[in-house]
Amino acid sequence: MAAAETASGYIQHHLTNLTYGQHPVNGWSFAHNVREAQEMGFWAFHVDTLLVSVVLGLIFILLFRAAAKRATSGQPGGLQNFVEVLVEFVDGSVKDTFHGRNALIAPLGLTIFVWVFLMNFMDLIPVDWLPLLAATLVGDPHLYFRVVPTTDPNATLGLALSVFALILYYSIKVKGIGGFIGELTLHPFGSKNILIQALFVPVNLLLELVTLVAKPISLALRLFGNLYAGELIFILIAVMFSGGLLLGGLGIVLQWAWAVFHILIIVLQAFIFMMLTIVYLSMAHEDNH
Amino acid sequence: MNINATLIGQSVAFFIFVLFCMKFVWPPVITALQDRQKKIADGLDAASRAARDLELAHEKVAQQLRDAKGQAAEIIEQAKKRGTQIVDEAREQARVEADRVKAQAQAEIEQELNSVKDMLRAQLGSLAVSGAEKILGASIDQNAHAELVSKLAAEI
Repeated sequence: MAAAETASGYIQHHLTNLTYGQHPVNGWSFAHNVREAQEMGFWAFHVDTLLVSVVLGLIFILLFRAAAKRATSGQPGGLQNFVEVLVEFVDGSVKDTFHGRNALIAPLGLTIFVWVFLMNFMDLIPVDWLPLLAATLVGDPHLYFRVVPTTDPNATLGLALSVFALILYYSIKVKGIGGFIGELTLHPFGSKNILIQALFVPVNLLLELVTLVAKPISLALRLFGNLYAGELIFILIAVMFSGGLLLGGLGIVLQWAWAVFHILIIVLQAFIFMMLTIVYLSMAHEDNH
Repeated sequence: MNINATLIGQSVAFFIFVLFCMKFVWPPVITALQDRQKKIADGLDAASRAARDLELAHEKVAQQLRDAKGQAAEIIEQAKKRGTQIVDEAREQARVEADRVKAQAQAEIEQELNSVKDMLRAQLGSLAVSGAEKILGASIDQNAHAELVSKLAAEI
């Protein structure tokens, strides 16, 4: 806990994931510190991120499945009402933005919205509660445990790259390989003269590739940046609790104020992620070049 | 803050959740929603249709009422007419009957009168004959004077 450690150690502890991977010396094991985690390289897993996100995903899926199973066109119950509000909201957003016919887009949007919201929501739980619970359960007081999956760039990048894969898949499926390459090379600069057009191709390719790659990167970093900053501020406020009565009292007020403000951010970021996914996929479906 | 295989795990989980959502969550909910929308639309339709029907029924009722009133007035008119007609006919019949009875009675009276006259005439004849017998004191031969007597009787 905070009182037992230095402030920077406390913050560092809170920003380190529980990593399981192949260490060059220790083999497959949990990393005991930041350096060991770094030495594991790419083939390592953040167990806390995966565990929390999968548990939250299961909560989403099972809750909505329970509502869907009992869905009736008659008078809806409380849970069905709640689910219907979200479904209608997502369906409306998709219909406004996405004009093709694709049965995947709306469920994709719903999954992103609710799942990202739930992952973001972990941010509102006081920073020490769940790590303390995990540490108590495992019996290791120094257990690393990061509760908010979306403050882990791996989680947001995983989502963004999945969306990126869908963008590529649908671009090629709708426009064909040739159409997709054409979109990347014959645009924005075009000319009737074939020779001049050939000169434009590398320029266009460069511009379009940057545009294309910027999509998943911006998706991932926007969500990560917002949540990471929010989490960091919660941690800083939590540090104040160990700084005496006055500072602690101020911390309580700040904690409350930041949490209220954060309610807006977590919903907004979930919505933005969903909306941009829909927009990107809508662009992937449009064949107008 | 290492980039590592977590992102693969995250992607796999993501796709599984999306597919589950697409197969088992989205269709029932959206079907229920659309069904309800249809139900509500149908209900509103039926309500407006019923309102129109009601209006038509009101109009029809009013029309029928007007018709019935007209018919009733016509029937009453006819009945009145028929009533006066019947009274007139009865009066005429009575008059004719009275005339007939009167004529018959007159005829009977006439006949009676005639027969009485005849009788009186005959009796007067015989009275005259018997009176003449008495005056003459002798019997007159009935047969011889029969022609004379009947001549006398005819003159009276």
